[in-house]
Amino acid sequence: MPKLITQVGCPYCGSSCDDLEVLVSDDGKKILETHNACVIGNEIFHHVSSPSRPKKPRMRQPDGTMKEISYDEAVDFTAKTLLKSKKPLIYGFGSTNCEGMSAVARVAEKAGAVLDNCASICHGPSFLAIFDNGYPSCTLGEVKNRADVVVFWGCNPMHAHPRHTSRYSIFPRGFFTTKGQMQRTIICVDPRETDTAKLADMHLMIKQGHDYDLFDAFRTVLRGHPIPEEVAGIKREKIEEAAEAMKKARFCMIFFGMGCCHTDGRNHNIDIAISTTRDLNTYTKASIMAMRGHYNIAGPGQVWSWQFGFPYCLDLSKGTHAHMNPGETSSIDLAMRDEVDCFVNVGTDAGAHFPIAAIKHLKKHPFITVDPNICMASEISDLHIPVRVVGVEEPGVVYRMDNVPIQFKKVIDGPEGVPSDEELFDMVYKRMCELTQTEPFWILAKGHAQASTPTEH
Amino acid sequence: MTNKISLNMITQRAIEEGQAMEKGKTTPQYFEACSVCEMNPEDMKKLGIWRNTNVRVTSEAGSVVVKAIEPTQFVPPGLAHIRQGVWANQVVPPRTQSTGTPQYSGFPVTIEPAMNEKIKSALELVQGSVGMWKGGN
Ligand code: SF4
Repeated sequence: MPKLITQVGCPYCGSSCDDLEVLVSDDGKKILETHNACVIGNEIFHHVSSPSRPKKPRMRQPDGTMKEISYDEAVDFTAKTLLKSKKPLIYGFGSTNCEGMSAVARVAEKAGAVLDNCASICHGPSFLAIFDNGYPSCTLGEVKNRADVVVFWGCNPMHAHPRHTSRYSIFPRGFFTTKGQMQRTIICVDPRETDTAKLADMHLMIKQGHDYDLFDAFRTVLRGHPIPEEVAGIKREKIEEAAEAMKKARFCMIFFGMGCCHTDGRNHNIDIAISTTRDLNTYTKASIMAMRGHYNIAGPGQVWSWQFGFPYCLDLSKGTHAHMNPGETSSIDLAMRDEVDCFVNVGTDAGAHFPIAAIKHLKKHPFITVDPNICMASEISDLHIPVRVVGVEEPGVVYRMDNVPIQFKKVIDGPEGVPSDEELFDMVYKRMCELTQTEPFWILAKGHAQASTPTEH
Repeated sequence: MTNKISLNMITQRAIEEGQAMEKGKTTPQYFEACSVCEMNPEDMKKLGIWRNTNVRVTSEAGSVVVKAIEPTQFVPPGLAHIRQGVWANQVVPPRTQSTGTPQYSGFPVTIEPAMNEKIKSALELVQGSVGMWKGGN
């Protein structure tokens, strides 16, 4: 009898839906159906059993072809390459669990590497603003139960987080929002008429790149001062109308995305968004949240802050202390200045998502990809090591975009012999310790912690 | 006569891209979803092209051939959108304003008709950029 597994997490976008149902074959090896997922989530669960998925590490040969090698050989090559490099860069983690992120961090520390995650090219500017100006945020549960005015600024959940609007932000009925969408006023600020803008009650079609100006106009209006007839391509009346709606809200929620972080102003746009939220709290309750892209991209920020004190762009090459200075220790800048001599791409695809100029620089040195699937990075790598798919074949803790940790499940067995990210990086760490004749004390500590954890009843 | 216009480029997510990416970046779906540039019909007129014509997009960082299509989500004149992915990243400037984050959106490009030029596959673009492409042209 096929088995229906409920409360399954989806390992794709930052909505981190945990209400999926997956029908699994008798032998627990095949996914037959998925329920509740959006088209993207659906694709992930069905792609897992694709016959084209590699099941062994592949090493590039002198003639350019790839040859299958054993996991032991792959671990040995990775450990030796990392030890040989003066300043390796380990980057990615859009798609893995916190257990994997923690294991990688121990390898990075041992290698004296720079450790960075996808936030670096995504919500990195948001981190900078949050360090400077604080983060008056809340959980998505609060949004669902309380928010009656929701602002989407430079984000397009209908495309990037398909179920965000139905689970949390526009449609659901909550404790104080019993009428769901009827009770919510939606404001969208975007230079395009996106599918999210089409759902909005008010669309402010901002002149691209003028987010700071418009936030500033909002602040000015909120404080009761006059503004010019038009700001950032938006008429004064429209700004006043939107500001009034936000002020009159019982709970105003501002979501912001790449429209703010990827353009001129970067962190300054987020900085003023946070200040606008603070201003709004003079009149009502207001909160703000970054639309984090991946299901656990909030994870490395949590795990590494706990391990080293910083969420991203961690330079561990000094050996004595961790150092973080985006612009200097960020992946793209390091690559463009040719400052790293080895690149390890984990659970992401830098080959497709970095500006190509950065890839050209990184490719001058050893290039290793750890990812379940064939991707652009794997196809230019010297070594590609496949791992299990988190959320499908491997359970683990993930942090949703509102920094709520969720235990994701495993629904089927992974391909035989293929390790998880955590297992793989623990092997690399152990091998590095062997090669340097040092004590693998993190592995020992982990074993100790596991032994002393009471078993579940 | 070749027309050339200057537009402001943004590169962002699309659900088509997200879904195709999970199928695989070497699939026809990914090619279809990402090797396109959405622009306002008024700008196409200025360029002297019809929709679904190949165009060459050039920025300070590089150049790529993609297919010009009418916006699936309205784009005003002056603005162009290539969906996030391999084609977009051929032209995204790596400058970060000292934040680590490249200029994925809001950079100037010139666009010109390239009716007789082929749109390269994702693999050809990425492997080609690092001297590894063996597939010919
Ligand atoms: S909205 Fe995001 S997390 Fe939810 S099912 Fe779709 S891709 Fe998965």
